[in-house]
Amino acid sequence: MNHKNETPEQRKYLAKRHAASRRFRWYGLMGLGIALTTLFLLLGTMLLKGYSSFFQTQIQLSVSFDQTLVDPVGDKSVESLARGDYRAILGNAIKRAFPEIKSRDDRRQLSKIFSDGASFQLQNLLISHPEWVSTSQNVWLIASDNVDMWVKEVVDHDLPESQRRISDLQAKWLAFLEVNHQLQLRFNAMFFTSGDSRNPEMAGILGAIKGSALTLLITFLVSFPLGVASAVYLEEFAAKGRWADFIEVNINNLAAVPSIVFGLLGLALYLNLMHLPRSAPLVGGLTLAMMTLPTLVIATRASLKSVPDPIRDGARALGASPLQVVLHHVLPLAAPGMLTGTIISMARALGETAPLLMIGMVAFIMDIPGGVMDPSTVLPVQIFLWADSPERAFLEKTSGATLILLAFLITMNALAVYIRNRVERRW
Amino acid sequence: MGFSLIGTVLAIMAVLGFLIGNQRARGLARAGRLHSLPRYHGVFVALWTALPGLLMIILFAVFSTGMINSMVMENGQGGAGDPHMLAVELNKIQLIAEGRMPFQEGMGVSWDSVERMKNLHRNADILALFCVIAVGVVGFLYALRRIRTDFRARQEVERIVRVLLVVASSVSIFITLGIVLSLIFEALRFFAVVPVSDFIFGLQWSPQTAIRADQVGGSGSFGAIPLFAGTLMITGISILVAAPVGLFCAIYLSEFASPNVRGWVKPALEILAGIPTVVYGLFAALIVAPAISDFGGQIGLDIASESALAAGLVMGIMIIPFVSSLSDDVINAVPQAIRDGSLAMGATEAETIRQVVLPAALPGIVGALLLAISRAVGETMIVVMAAGLAANLTANPLQAMTTVTVQIVTLLVGDQEFDSPKTLAAFALGLTLFFVTLILNIVALGVVKRYHEKQ
Amino acid sequence: MVGKNVNYSFETMHLEASQNTTPPRVKMEAKGVDVYYGDKQALEKVDLPVPLNRVTALIGPSGCGKSTFLKCLNRMNDTVVGCRVTGSITLDEEDIHSPTVDVVQLRARVGMVFQKPNPFPKSIYDNIAYGPRIHGMTRDRTELDQIVEESLARAGLWNEVKDRLQEPGTSLSGGQQQRLCIARAIAVNPEVVLMDEPCSALDPIATARIEELIDELCNKYTIIIVTHSMQQAARVSHYTGFFHMGELVEYDHTEAIFTNPQQERTKGYVTGRFG
Repeated sequence: MNHKNETPEQRKYLAKRHAASRRFRWYGLMGLGIALTTLFLLLGTMLLKGYSSFFQTQIQLSVSFDQTLVDPVGDKSVESLARGDYRAILGNAIKRAFPEIKSRDDRRQLSKIFSDGASFQLQNLLISHPEWVSTSQNVWLIASDNVDMWVKEVVDHDLPESQRRISDLQAKWLAFLEVNHQLQLRFNAMFFTSGDSRNPEMAGILGAIKGSALTLLITFLVSFPLGVASAVYLEEFAAKGRWADFIEVNINNLAAVPSIVFGLLGLALYLNLMHLPRSAPLVGGLTLAMMTLPTLVIATRASLKSVPDPIRDGARALGASPLQVVLHHVLPLAAPGMLTGTIISMARALGETAPLLMIGMVAFIMDIPGGVMDPSTVLPVQIFLWADSPERAFLEKTSGATLILLAFLITMNALAVYIRNRVERRW
Repeated sequence: MGFSLIGTVLAIMAVLGFLIGNQRARGLARAGRLHSLPRYHGVFVALWTALPGLLMIILFAVFSTGMINSMVMENGQGGAGDPHMLAVELNKIQLIAEGRMPFQEGMGVSWDSVERMKNLHRNADILALFCVIAVGVVGFLYALRRIRTDFRARQEVERIVRVLLVVASSVSIFITLGIVLSLIFEALRFFAVVPVSDFIFGLQWSPQTAIRADQVGGSGSFGAIPLFAGTLMITGISILVAAPVGLFCAIYLSEFASPNVRGWVKPALEILAGIPTVVYGLFAALIVAPAISDFGGQIGLDIASESALAAGLVMGIMIIPFVSSLSDDVINAVPQAIRDGSLAMGATEAETIRQVVLPAALPGIVGALLLAISRAVGETMIVVMAAGLAANLTANPLQAMTTVTVQIVTLLVGDQEFDSPKTLAAFALGLTLFFVTLILNIVALGVVKRYHEKQ
Repeated sequence: MVGKNVNYSFETMHLEASQNTTPPRVKMEAKGVDVYYGDKQALEKVDLPVPLNRVTALIGPSGCGKSTFLKCLNRMNDTVVGCRVTGSITLDEEDIHSPTVDVVQLRARVGMVFQKPNPFPKSIYDNIAYGPRIHGMTRDRTELDQIVEESLARAGLWNEVKDRLQEPGTSLSGGQQQRLCIARAIAVNPEVVLMDEPCSALDPIATARIEELIDELCNKYTIIIVTHSMQQAARVSHYTGFFHMGELVEYDHTEAIFTNPQQERTKGYVTGRFG
């Protein structure tokens, strides 16, 4: 072809090819854009909907702790204070704050702006401050979830009264309290220090976090030694042959088996065959350990594989036995890679939900688990449970718990990436 | 309960074994040259002391509860004949005995059975402790007798460690075996009540009608076709989203992006991949499904609030990083020399990628997509939260559909009826799911492996 | 074709003139070419005229910059991140870095054969047809068939593969693959063919075959070959440039380089004292 005196057709054809190339590049950029946009959309939504769960509406009341009501025995002991009538104390305090409210109906409406947990709150306060008996104190009390949603403007204030859960009268009182600085959005400590509850304003994630920690502990204790041992065997000892190939194919397939199938196995094996307790972190951990094991083996094998052979040869030449070669030379060198793989598998186990539903970790559990045999739930399942709740206020809790879970996961993954980039040795 | 005590005892015995073995070897060393270092003798004794006991503990853990339960039911008031009621009773007794449920009259279980179970458990613990100590001592004595100057303790220890490694590596096989056996076992019990053909070819899925164990078979319908259809639809939608987007991400990252961009975008995609499925489910139920439904309302389309479309879209988003990272690996494995060859011919970058790189990477990409499909088929939380329960047999993605995984969860969450076809159906579905994903995985991994070997 | 007479300062140029051949014209010319990889300078002030329809060999020890220089001539260095080329390189007196030059078209005019044979994972036929197709050189299948046959014939491969055109290019032997790559390069009818150690991965017989081919091809194409084998340079080339440590030490008629080098370093290299 004559390049120097190219024809207009040739020039046009060339331009067309360049345009196609640019277009193709754009498709790639668009794909990336879609992926990143959804990531930001997802994180953004959770942040927007969830951050408010770290705050809650509280109302300040002047409460007088009448000794006859709160301390029936009269010795200010914990046992005595625990038997006090805090409902009455709260009622009296409300009455004093709004002396003009007389009608029974209005009174009931008024008391409904406080959480059912407010009287428990008073009880706990007094048990930690026994010296308050027979005094008056200004105390911040939790508002009910409906009030919380109203104050956070999650519900539309302009809806007709019949369609909202805060009546005009209640709204008026709330406005009054707010003007007097007796109503504030304050840090929601309860969210981090209590277990699940039927009342959204009292529900917390500590139980789920502890359940997750216990479950993960079991998962780690079981899968890590087994995973490292099988990886070491397959990579360093096993003769290449049918058996090793079979185990390898088996592990690779196992790593791609849907997680819910492991849940079914957990149900059949641990609950139906071994009769271990339902909902226990022990069973959850064992189930997740079976799921994590293949991933862990694959990651560990990769890091063992990356240790160059001359190091093994060098150690062997000095008379080290095969086991000594592995223990003294290969494992220490492969440790950072193994650590990365372990952290990533643990993060995956932490975010796993489906198999735990199969073994009954989906029950409503208020208590914070103390050990691996106690019934408990885990963070992702807690999210699932709250997402299913009809109360509007649980929506915010769901997103809040999601933020906490994501924070854990992103920290773990970032740690893994850090180790991979900084500590891991490249050969 | 007892396991922590037994474990402690075992650990103490192992430490003692090590110390005594070590000491014995040192004593011998004064008489003549040892073949192995004294600490290997110690480890040898410790292993022989602890391992038999450990085996014992595992045996007890697996079998004791089951045996105790059957003993309780033999002697208790059970034997009413109905296995379903028996299991419920047993469950109650167990809960009360463990102190997890208060005892009340009129629960249908007697305090005697509870007492009996408590006693049996206590006896079992004592028996276990005794057995562990006994086998430990036997092992200890055996090992101690073998210590001599010419005893090759290091080789022996390494042999034992090797055996342990082999055992550890076969655990994964036992897991697979466990999955296959438990699924087949339970599924067979299901197929004893519901014919296989009804399950595979039936068009009607309404397990909820089978409320009690004695009214099943005829009335409950377990035709899984609507579930397969729903799974297929949602998987299809998700792949339609994930395949192009994920592939183009991979192409852009491996062929166009500067190292700097790659350094930022790859971790971002890893974050996307690390987000738990329950969060995607929440995203689908909270944001995507209402948005699609609203949008449909605006343009006059009737879209269900739990449409297959919403679930499929979000599942597609979930799979994007999966497709992209696998394809990225595959595309990067295409030798640079081939790219250079094409560029040196005067091909544009896009021509090089489309006509040389992608055809070369095609087997690997197909493998990656198969793995992605397998992932989508087995994905649970997104569909549980966003796809709904209605087993509609429809080709309209705007309607609610249900999937195999959703039904497994629905059938097994909440109060279970032991041995009812409703519960067993979950295992039949699980078996189907397992085999479908297994075939996809084997094919996909085979394709990918052969591809990497070729490069 | 446009070109100008090479204005050599070497007296060896007269050799060719005395043999009654027309003095070769310059097809490509590098003037003051510097190449940097990041902060590292890989080539320094290279001036080198490439004569039309001759074989020019670039020799020198590993890492001397000869391959780097070769890659400048069809701007393959563009694809290397952090690589910077300054100075002027002309093809028919037009600067190949000028904005009016399209790199895609430049590479069509300046083809390249690589060190290791790199056939595309396609059929033999598609390997050859790839270039003509992307450049839209043919109107129909017959024309394409013709180009494929011609190119394979010119690369001396036609008789060996004419019955197996649909088999993958990777099924050929190493030497055949390299000739396939040469056929692929000449299928787009380039003016210059760059060869980057084209025989280094081949056995002696295949090497001899390629060298014959180079000899035949230089009637039609201007060929620049990088080689680390001095014998090869002596066998196939008309002109030879000796690179050392990123510099073009000496450039002359091949015979002159090997029999009467002007520079100490050249002498040292061709007599085998280093390199």
